[in-house]
Amino acid sequence: MNFDRRKLRRIRSNFMVGLMIGCVVLAILPLLLILGSLIVRGAGSLSVAFFTRPPVPAGETGGGVVHAIVGTLMIVGAASLIGIPLGIGAGIFCAEYPHHRVSWISRFVADVMNGTPSIVVGVFAWTWIVARQKHFSGLAGSAALAMLMVPMVMRTTEEMIKLVPNSLREAALALGYPRWRTSLSVIVRTSLPGIVTGSLLAVARVAGETAPLLFTALGSQYLSFNVNQPMAALPLAVFTYATGPYEEWHRNAWATALVLIMVVLVLSVVARLATRRRFELNG
Amino acid sequence: MTAPESPAAVEAPDLAPARSSAHGAEPSRPVPVADRPSPGDHVFKWALTGAALAIPTLLLFLLYELSTGSRLAIDKFGLRFLVDSVWDPVADKFGAYPLIFGTLLSSFLALLIAVPLSLGVAIYLTEFAPRALRQPVAFVIELLAAIPSVVYGLWGVFVLMPVLKKVVFPLLRGALGFLPFFSGPIYGPSMLAASIILAIMVMPFIMAVSREVLLAVPGNQREASLALGATRWEAVWTTILPYARSGIMGAVVLGLGRALGETMAVTMLIGNRHEIAASLFAPGYTMAAVIANEFSEAATDMHFSALTYVALALFVVTVLVNAGARLLIWRVARGSGVGSKAL
Repeated sequence: MNFDRRKLRRIRSNFMVGLMIGCVVLAILPLLLILGSLIVRGAGSLSVAFFTRPPVPAGETGGGVVHAIVGTLMIVGAASLIGIPLGIGAGIFCAEYPHHRVSWISRFVADVMNGTPSIVVGVFAWTWIVARQKHFSGLAGSAALAMLMVPMVMRTTEEMIKLVPNSLREAALALGYPRWRTSLSVIVRTSLPGIVTGSLLAVARVAGETAPLLFTALGSQYLSFNVNQPMAALPLAVFTYATGPYEEWHRNAWATALVLIMVVLVLSVVARLATRRRFELNG
Repeated sequence: MTAPESPAAVEAPDLAPARSSAHGAEPSRPVPVADRPSPGDHVFKWALTGAALAIPTLLLFLLYELSTGSRLAIDKFGLRFLVDSVWDPVADKFGAYPLIFGTLLSSFLALLIAVPLSLGVAIYLTEFAPRALRQPVAFVIELLAAIPSVVYGLWGVFVLMPVLKKVVFPLLRGALGFLPFFSGPIYGPSMLAASIILAIMVMPFIMAVSREVLLAVPGNQREASLALGATRWEAVWTTILPYARSGIMGAVVLGLGRALGETMAVTMLIGNRHEIAASLFAPGYTMAAVIANEFSEAATDMHFSALTYVALALFVVTVLVNAGARLLIWRVARGSGVGSKAL
């Protein structure tokens, strides 16, 4: 009887492990399915024209998404110009003065903002910029995206700087470096790869954001380089095409989504691989 | 670094003490020039303080903008807004109860599906998986978190929904049709379809955070349990999970925060109807979805104001949920960065 019980326990243990392997399979399945259907349904529409031509009026075939590619580059680029320096600055502050009252506050607020729904940030950018300017603009979209980036960049910067051994800081100070040079050319320099990774991940995440752009950048059917006007963006184009009534638009939606996801996945894979190497260096 | 650590390095992570003790150690030497606070230090500190202060300032400004933006609706409807269920932009009457209900229900259903799955994955990856498999699988699942929401929506509309409508929903109705949740006509866009896509979306977050929490459980807990004769599953169930319980709760609540604010995929799959239906096959609406759909088409000031009020309510709810999650995670991994990376 004792033997039976032990066997039963062993069986139950193995059964639970089997169940968990099932969970892993179920969890990975969606990724494969999504990537698979993106390639099957989207790859056929990709062509040189798709990357170089602006869209054609509904009903006609052909045309491309160059307007959305340019829009995404400009909106996300402007967002990065605002968000990354601000995030890195705040991150350095929190790491260099960890017990300063301002550090506690901005650390807590950054965590709160990390969980804020992006649509709420979009509403904020609308009331702040669009409602005052009385017109939609790519720049308002950039402001919303920058606001989403700052807390992400700040937290990774802080974590990365904390990994730098204190002896390095002491060595620099002992050699007579002033604090600011110690911070910038020793501490930040050492953790630069990690900071770059964090920033790239933030760029990858906001590049796929649709909700904050819906009523800030608004989207457009024309190629435009003016960030003070409504602008197209890849995620917006996916949404418009997917919810539109035309068969041709649905095909475009898949192809655009394939382009978008390649941008996002390449950015985040590159970023993550870079961090991994860095962690190994640190031991 | 291999150099022996000075005691100052251990007790003084902050700059100021490290600096004074570094110089104070040798008082007989002439004081180096750099010991005088360099003018650059002031500039440096003030610039950084500005950057750090920008974050709370932005948040306060966000609160201010949202509350002035929703002033009209707050003055007219007050808190009744949250329990009224009429949403009629033409008559300027607004009530957000079906939205709040839809948001809570879809998030709850999503967690119901996602939590067991992601816990299974997290436990398997930290306790059972062959070492060579751990990093790659975790990496692949975290890639799921990188897929933009609108791509989930696209996939949900054109691939998932037809399957659900033709195969899964009829099966569910056949098997569980006696329950009110699984009865009634089957639409494509529905509360259940939105919940399933939400589950797929929040799973990587819950998995990543609970994995980090499980990794933070000290190894001797595990070893002690195994040494007492527990099977590997019993070690997990009786020792590791109880130890990590509040951290895992935190991971779940963090996932809840994500689910509450998720917009695009839900908008595309939930059917967007201001109604509360007993059946999960019926369309519904969420707070985030209504903002996404109606904000750029709103015609009256009151409509804008009502939508901003919805945004404000959504913001307050997610702040509370996230603050709760963070407290729970801190109880397991006090002060460490667990969880912040996965965000």
